[in-house]
Amino acid sequence: MDVAVRSARVALVGNPNSGKTALFNALTGAHQKVANYAGVTVERKEGLIRTGDGRTMSVLDLPGTYSLRARSPDEEVTRDAVLGRLAGEAPPDVIVAVADATNLRLVLRLILELKAVGRPMVLALNMYDIAQRQGLRIDLERLQAELGVPIVTTVATRKRGVEDLVSAVNAAAGHLSATSEGGWMAPDAEALRGKAREAERIMKACVRPPERPDTLTGRIDSVLLHPVGGLLILMTLLFVMFQAVFSWATPFMDGIEAGLGALGVGVAAVTPDGIWESLIVDGLISGVGSVLVFLPQILILFLFIILLEDFGYMARAAFLMDRIMGGAGLHGRAFIPLLSSFACAIPGVMAARVIDSKRDRLTTIMVAPLMTCSARIPVYTLIIAAFIPNQTVWGFANLQGLVMFGLYAAGILSALAVSFVIRRIFWRGAVEPFMMELPAYKTPDLRSVLVNLWLRARIFLERAGRIILPLMVLVWALSTFPYPPEGATQPAIDYSFAGMMGKALEPIFAPIGFNWQMVIALIPGMAAREVAVAALGTVYAVADPETATAVLATTLAGQWSLATGLAFLAWYVFAPQCVATLGVVKRETNSWKWMWVMVAYMFGLAYLAAFLTYRAAVALGGG
Amino acid sequence: MSDTIKLSQARRGDCGVIVQVGDHCHHDEHALELERRLLELGFVEGARIELLHEGLLGRDPIAMKVDDMRVALRRHEAASLTVRVEPVA
Repeated sequence: MDVAVRSARVALVGNPNSGKTALFNALTGAHQKVANYAGVTVERKEGLIRTGDGRTMSVLDLPGTYSLRARSPDEEVTRDAVLGRLAGEAPPDVIVAVADATNLRLVLRLILELKAVGRPMVLALNMYDIAQRQGLRIDLERLQAELGVPIVTTVATRKRGVEDLVSAVNAAAGHLSATSEGGWMAPDAEALRGKAREAERIMKACVRPPERPDTLTGRIDSVLLHPVGGLLILMTLLFVMFQAVFSWATPFMDGIEAGLGALGVGVAAVTPDGIWESLIVDGLISGVGSVLVFLPQILILFLFIILLEDFGYMARAAFLMDRIMGGAGLHGRAFIPLLSSFACAIPGVMAARVIDSKRDRLTTIMVAPLMTCSARIPVYTLIIAAFIPNQTVWGFANLQGLVMFGLYAAGILSALAVSFVIRRIFWRGAVEPFMMELPAYKTPDLRSVLVNLWLRARIFLERAGRIILPLMVLVWALSTFPYPPEGATQPAIDYSFAGMMGKALEPIFAPIGFNWQMVIALIPGMAAREVAVAALGTVYAVADPETATAVLATTLAGQWSLATGLAFLAWYVFAPQCVATLGVVKRETNSWKWMWVMVAYMFGLAYLAAFLTYRAAVALGGG
Repeated sequence: MSDTIKLSQARRGDCGVIVQVGDHCHHDEHALELERRLLELGFVEGARIELLHEGLLGRDPIAMKVDDMRVALRRHEAASLTVRVEPVA
């Protein structure tokens, strides 16, 4: 054989919930590269392993599937990668079929399908410890003979069997044959039935039912899936999660802000005054900061989501919420993306990938930014402090808190309404099936959770950073140039392009009660919603508005009418004031069209809502 | 009494065996695709079914045991599965 062999390519294929990703993590450790497949927005996870004899293998973690007959973009990638049809992607030398040893039936059918492809294959019987604990007897020799595929038992979470798997793959790679697409053809219903019967026969011949079957899952389900109790538990979980996201993250967010502030001061001290200092401090550092500051919240949110996912709860949450969200035309699985959007729409839009059907996924992406993300909170807090009296109503409720609650509710209700309308207008009648496996509950593995958390954080920073950095520079340029003339009396931003745009756009915004200062603040506010607070501080010449919110609030209360303040709140419920989200939507939908649809409908709603709020408030004497 | 019913009519606690997947009368692409998906998720003729849980609104969706795995389905999709219900022991 050729000594200078190229590294063998291995692809992991398996059912969802088979512990495929845990096995991938065990094989590759932290040496993972995450990118997208060319032309599609499916995540491509690749890692390197070094075999005993010093060679390297590249491992590809393919999306989980029940069949090569693909239904979603994710599953298409799996099919095309296995068949070697993927553009820019060489076919795998060895396929590793990953199976949950306690749940073999469906994966046996998949393996029979994979065999038709004709590539060398190894079967990893994962979670073998659980199978043994249940007293499940698998006749490995017989199974190996029936399938004609070498079998390795593994416990990915304990890294057991990983070396055996690597050497089995190595051995299989030795039999490299000039494989073609083999005999795989999309099976019809009859072929599927035949394969299912064959799988059933093998199952009966090789697997003895467990002596101590898992009854825990059933017992937990009777609590968590209780029609009423289950929903109450879900709501309680959400409440705890929100508390955690907002209260645990605060010290870290303050720390990041303080750190970046200090960095800005430090950099300002060493760079000569002028344009470079302004670009670095006001453009780059505050731009990076506006993304970075959300990282603690996103990490906490993802920690919850990953834990619940690995435990097996997320499928149950989708079950409980399906009918409730289904009334608005949303799929049960849209629950997780929409939940993430309360921290930030960017991870929410990215999480919509868990939805199989393209239509359901698009609907979810389109409404995700309506969820009240945490970047709206500084704006809401400022305006509420300025215009809503801090008083008790109905004996127990705080009026400011009520308004805040109302803004959250407005976001949720409008998301439901918009998805309802999207269903009616864009795809009438077509209802995507809701069917999914409810996996057995498992104790999450700490290492695997941490690896996934780290991965999510990296992806968020890369995606958001790549989009928001250039935009921050652009927004900085718009609000900096041209410089104010000699002896200018107004704040510098009034003389800049942003100022000119603000004044030019003012007539459009006059009907909804916005003055030109507000319109100016909206322009840098496009970079990220909370930047509008700083921008308002700049136009109203309040020094350091982030710490002196109270001063700014008093200024605004003096300058704006109540109607204007309320209209501004209404505007912020809907307006797509976050270019980073729009950029991610463009990437995830792979289409400019859907991004522009989003821009148009959200600005439309924002204008309408602000108009109605303003007019109503003026009519009631708030003008 | 050993009845055959549509799975969509089943109630919590019902047990039975799948006797037919898909309705072999109308052959539009949508129904055929649904049939294949159900087969891939383990809903094959002969599989044992036990309905375990029902959702709050309209008792929908339903969660059931199919042989030894748990699967959730809307009643809408469950309508294309015919089940022979066995009397509860």
